[in-house]
Amino acid sequence: MSQSDDKGFKADATPTPAGEAAAELAATAEEASQPEKRLSPFRRSPSLLVGTIIVAFFVLMALFPQLFTSGDPYALDGSQMLLPPSADHLMGTDNFGYDIWTRVVYATSLDLIIGVASVSLPFVVGVLLGLLAGYYGGKLDSIIMRVLDCFVAFPFMVLAIAIVAILGSGVRNLIIAMWVVSWPEYTRLVRAEVLVAKQSEYVQAAKTLGYSDLRIMFRHILPNVISSSVVYAASDVVMCIMTGAGMSFLGLGVPQPTPEWGAIISGGKSFITTAPWISILPGLMMAVVGLGLSLVGDGLNDLLRTKD
Amino acid sequence: MKSLRYLLKRILQMIPVLFVAVVVIFLLMRFLPGDSALATLGDKIDPRAYEAIKEERGLNASIPEQFAIYFSNLLQGDMGTSVIYNEKVSALIGTRMVTTICLALIATIFTVLISLPLGYLAGVKRDKPADAVIRVFALIGLSSPAFWVGLLLLIVFGVQLKLLPVSGWGRSWPAHFRALILPGMTLAFSSIAVLIRNIRNNVIDVQEADYVDFGRSKGLSNWAISTGYVLRNALIPTVTLLSLRIIGMLSGSVIIENIFGLPGIGALLVQAVTGRDYAVVQGCVIVFVIIVLVVNVITDFLYSVLDHRIQLGGDEA
Repeated sequence: MSQSDDKGFKADATPTPAGEAAAELAATAEEASQPEKRLSPFRRSPSLLVGTIIVAFFVLMALFPQLFTSGDPYALDGSQMLLPPSADHLMGTDNFGYDIWTRVVYATSLDLIIGVASVSLPFVVGVLLGLLAGYYGGKLDSIIMRVLDCFVAFPFMVLAIAIVAILGSGVRNLIIAMWVVSWPEYTRLVRAEVLVAKQSEYVQAAKTLGYSDLRIMFRHILPNVISSSVVYAASDVVMCIMTGAGMSFLGLGVPQPTPEWGAIISGGKSFITTAPWISILPGLMMAVVGLGLSLVGDGLNDLLRTKD
Repeated sequence: MKSLRYLLKRILQMIPVLFVAVVVIFLLMRFLPGDSALATLGDKIDPRAYEAIKEERGLNASIPEQFAIYFSNLLQGDMGTSVIYNEKVSALIGTRMVTTICLALIATIFTVLISLPLGYLAGVKRDKPADAVIRVFALIGLSSPAFWVGLLLLIVFGVQLKLLPVSGWGRSWPAHFRALILPGMTLAFSSIAVLIRNIRNNVIDVQEADYVDFGRSKGLSNWAISTGYVLRNALIPTVTLLSLRIIGMLSGSVIIENIFGLPGIGALLVQAVTGRDYAVVQGCVIVFVIIVLVVNVITDFLYSVLDHRIQLGGDEA
């Protein structure tokens, strides 16, 4: 959004002509938030296309694991321990005789759920707080920002571990810990953009028209400030999946024997000399998921940036 | 003089944040399932012994009273006693803090040394093969989980090539340094990726700026423009990002120290959480918060050195 100070507009701020100009400006602002429909987003951003294909593949795997493996993720086979990858066991087997490929496939849904669930609530709460802090400023702003300062004074992993220490391990508590640590970034991003947007003509115009604060915040400002948070959210999903897996890797996340990527990779730690495939191959899968989501984020960034 | 006043002001601003963090962590630890007296006794619970330990540790006092005692001890550098090690928490943390700080420091050095030239190259050679290769590398770095990268490096350099130690900290400084190379690289991996992308975009933006054209029209050499104009201005936003990444590295160190068997405060924290050693948990968390606050102050300072427009002591938005 252009942010040039239109002195001419401010100078003739008499009710009638300014009112018309304001209505026009307010209308453009609402229009500007409509997505462009000229060219399909995938043609405009190859990153988005490749990323979406990768992510769609894993969503399919999460929804229908039976399509990718005929095995049972909890089936132990004592005669099939620590076998290297083969046609029967695509990723080999571990020290318990679990088929790693089967467990990795069944873990997909849990890991994707952890990623998406960890981001969704902080996204909504963080954006709302940023909007309120930026728009109203003053006392409310300083309260929100001082609380935020306290949250970001902790390295996120340290705070997440402290929370899991209190609530106990497990999927639900892991997600709660992520909620607590991930909202500040959204608040910061949105607040900074609201501070700029507040000075812009379309907001001044909407104010001149006497629109309510709520209408200005949600219909005029929000659509214009949300894009950086959407782009960030894509990379945040990757980070939450990795942090969640990292917690399980430390033994503080998803309990055994539930299939989860971090826990599977952690299980291979003691066998890196004798059976390195236990850790390497599931990690490779995770990296591909991360790559897909990062590409989606890059693609969204390309699309939303070219609009300016 | 002015910068000294500024530094003092920033340190004063840290105090309330630190105090709130101490209160929060103290309260959180009071909600832990089971208290430290139970943790010491284990399964054989003798009610009288339990009461005696509670009395001895002041666990029967009200929460505000407990906090007052805890806080006044803390001000004197006393963080309580570990139930697992039966040692002063401050002594436990003191030696381990050095490991964690060295790890973060070496990872920061790797990050800067690798991301600066690569990010600059990618920006200058925009859309050329070099840029494409560097961007793919950065994307892979961004997508790979740190603990996986750590295990890979361990397998390749530690187990297969036997170039570097697989685990442990060593006894002398040269040994410490060798022990830190693999964990340092692991920790730096994703930061390198983030910074390369950031520096590349900044270099592209700055190259298009008017003052670079102006420098050219004045007849300045390419070298003078690259270092004096492009690099300097491209680095200003990077400094903030780097400080965020250093704080991120403190998070990462918790996992990395566990993989490489390094005796740092991250590893200590995980042990303490698993063993319900809550004086140690509290101590570790507070030390982490102090490190974060110090990193923030240093960043502000660097920022003002790089950008003369930023006035020290001015109110931030």
